[in-house]
Amino acid sequence: MALDEIVERCQDLYDDLDFKYIKQWKAAGSGRKAIGHMPVYVPREIVHAAGMLPVGILGGGDQLDVIHGDAYYQSYICRIPRSTIELAVTGRLDELDGMLFPSTCDVIRNLSGMWQLKFPDKLVRYFDVPQNFDLDVGGVFYTRELQLLRDQLAELGGREITDDDLRASIALYNENRRAIEALYAYRSAQPGQVPTPEVYLLMRAGMILPVDEHTRLIHDYIAAAKAVKRPVRDNCRVVVTGLFCEQPPLGLLKSIEMAGCYVVDDDFMLVARWLLEDVPTEGDPLKNLSDAFITYSVETSCKYVPVREDKGKFLIESVRRNRAEGVIFASPSFCDPALLDRPMLQKALTAQGIPYTAFKYAENSGQMQPIREQAGTFADSIKLWSAA
Amino acid sequence: MNTAGTNPGDVQKEESMLLQKAMINANYDALSTAHEDGNKISSTFVPGNLNELLMCFDFVRNLPEINALQAGMRKKSGAYIMEAERSGHSEDVCTYVKTDLGMMSKGQVGPNGKPLPTPDVLLLSYTGCFTFMKWFELVRDEYGCETAMLHVPYQADGKITDNMRQFVVMQLKEHVIPTLERVSGIKFDIDRLREYLGESAKAEDNLVWVLQSAKNKPSPIDAYFGAIYYCGPIFSAFRGSKETTAYYKALRREVEDRIEKGLGPVTPEGLLDEERIRLVVEGPPNWTHFRDFWKMFYDEGVVVVASSYTKVGGVYDFGFRHDPEHPLETLADYCLGCYTNHSLPSRVDMLCNYMDEYEADGFLVNSIKSCNSFSAGQLLMLREIEERTGKPAGFIETDLVDPRYFSPANVKNRLESYFQMIEQKRLRPEDRSAA
Ligand code: SF4
Ligand code: SF4
Repeated sequence: MALDEIVERCQDLYDDLDFKYIKQWKAAGSGRKAIGHMPVYVPREIVHAAGMLPVGILGGGDQLDVIHGDAYYQSYICRIPRSTIELAVTGRLDELDGMLFPSTCDVIRNLSGMWQLKFPDKLVRYFDVPQNFDLDVGGVFYTRELQLLRDQLAELGGREITDDDLRASIALYNENRRAIEALYAYRSAQPGQVPTPEVYLLMRAGMILPVDEHTRLIHDYIAAAKAVKRPVRDNCRVVVTGLFCEQPPLGLLKSIEMAGCYVVDDDFMLVARWLLEDVPTEGDPLKNLSDAFITYSVETSCKYVPVREDKGKFLIESVRRNRAEGVIFASPSFCDPALLDRPMLQKALTAQGIPYTAFKYAENSGQMQPIREQAGTFADSIKLWSAA
Repeated sequence: MNTAGTNPGDVQKEESMLLQKAMINANYDALSTAHEDGNKISSTFVPGNLNELLMCFDFVRNLPEINALQAGMRKKSGAYIMEAERSGHSEDVCTYVKTDLGMMSKGQVGPNGKPLPTPDVLLLSYTGCFTFMKWFELVRDEYGCETAMLHVPYQADGKITDNMRQFVVMQLKEHVIPTLERVSGIKFDIDRLREYLGESAKAEDNLVWVLQSAKNKPSPIDAYFGAIYYCGPIFSAFRGSKETTAYYKALRREVEDRIEKGLGPVTPEGLLDEERIRLVVEGPPNWTHFRDFWKMFYDEGVVVVASSYTKVGGVYDFGFRHDPEHPLETLADYCLGCYTNHSLPSRVDMLCNYMDEYEADGFLVNSIKSCNSFSAGQLLMLREIEERTGKPAGFIETDLVDPRYFSPANVKNRLESYFQMIEQKRLRPEDRSAA
């Protein structure tokens, strides 16, 4: 596929607030089921192993008219739950047979209860992940929670989920993670060739397409991107962070690049990059998923960092690995996890002499001029600083 | 004005109040001099606080939320919040956290005017609120002291599973207790824990009796503004001690006495002499204008007969008691059972139960800007409860400790129209015959 076609396909999926794709996918086979999940992390491997389509539900973005959603939330709560409720009460999520609510924050947690109240006939699962990272403690708890999810999905699907089903799914998600890693590595090596809005759209496509199709799409994209010659700009290299839950408008990502910043790492769609290595496909699959979560998963605001000195290490490593010259903290307004974390991460960056800038956004922010100016000033200051 | 005996001195003289005041003052004094006295300090949160366990290691117990609310009541929180915002904390985040951080950077002066020393251990009971985790990461960053994390899973399906309970117990055994032993230098003695748990259960019996006394008409207590004081010892540094058992005995005697005499609750301006409206309230109170806020209720003869905030540090009125026979499991069940660790449907059920059992005329939400744990979902809860009970529901917005978010005129207006609505509804013939 040509580059334009791939991007267009991803854009179409992104724009489709009616989730028509789910309908098509379900119609292609009998008894097919789809399971939605909120950001940040759920083990999609288990949903896939049940023969179901995992669908990332990421709010309504800047194109959805939120009419009912505001009646469910006070003004001082972030946007993503209200636009998600809007999607649900307007029937756009009717094709979902269940919803998973990860333990991202209290807003998502309480949204799980709202779902229970509003949609009593659907499977609703609040998915708790451990904040204790000892294999014999948090690991044991988590393996049992995974088993519970397996049982619930098996019941919903009316068929057993075997160990082999799980191993096969794990293998597919390993491939997907490797493809994403290749995409990120390519962008980091040649950011001019891989605009971040395109990376974002590709990652979004992974929130609805079946995993194997998404993996192919990424490989196709990389091949197509390598075949075109794009202009190289004198941009500085930045890591953007804080966008793990409520989604930034596409315009925001475009603005950052237009302001003179190449994004070389980010925290979009962390569910797809959560596990940092392959999950073994031998042995007990649930234990393998659990061990992977406990021993090699990303650091983000939704996770506890047990050792004080490790706070910010993950971000600093990303800066170093990707030869970034600075960090942009872009956080959703009213987002306790991102905004409470920020001062600690900033302190860790300061200690390493890494410059940063910070701003807030909402999924429906329309006015990008201030962000463009701020990112532009930041890029200029980095250039001046590195020239000095 | 619906109060009698308007001498606030009358209120001060009640035995239970004097007892509580003495306990709190002694604790702040013990905190101020802990290190000189050779003692260690623990810092922990109200929901899921493991006070009995901390007592086993002779920690002097500090609770940053209590300091934040005290700062709110003493009108100091506004300056602390601004200080935290000046040093880079967002205006959007929980103001309890910012009050604590601002207070730290201003010398951590306690209510007794003396600086509170650095804690030796942070016990992060991650119960019912995500923000706690970030709060303690921030405090740890500042102090660099040892931190013990206790992750308490969320009761999303309205029940405690074996896996949840075992996870908490395993963390206590493998992580929390060894950390507390190491920091304190004291070996864990499970019999000592049992003894404290036994005391807790006695106090809990009396607390529940006092809270349920609001089923009387008139109610002898205000189960929100007044009961916040009643919950103080059991929710903070004192549960498990003999003085706390004594406090709750004394409190019960006082309430029994009021019931016998057919008296209403004690307010800051004396006894309420006419109960006009009975309410159930969801959500924390505002601390910066606590007295003014309360006055908006008692001036109109409004009594709160049940509230959810008085369950944040433990839900006891549905039967749970600390159980000395199963010391670690009971601590797990306690943590798992705190109010904000309950799912929204369970919270709705609980509040509907209160509406019914306490024969309330209405349901009011005080929605707190700071607190996603409480607030996210409250509008749906309100509609559900209104629908199920057929009783009018009201909604106001304030904050716990940020004075910028308490607008007295606005809150008063809203409350007055809400109270009028309740009265009008009561006068409607169809409602009268249904009653
Ligand atoms: S944007 Fe932040 S506060 Fe809002 S739901 Fe997501 S993580 Fe929670
Ligand atoms: S969010 Fe609510 S429960 Fe959590 S620390 Fe803040 S005020 Fe307390």
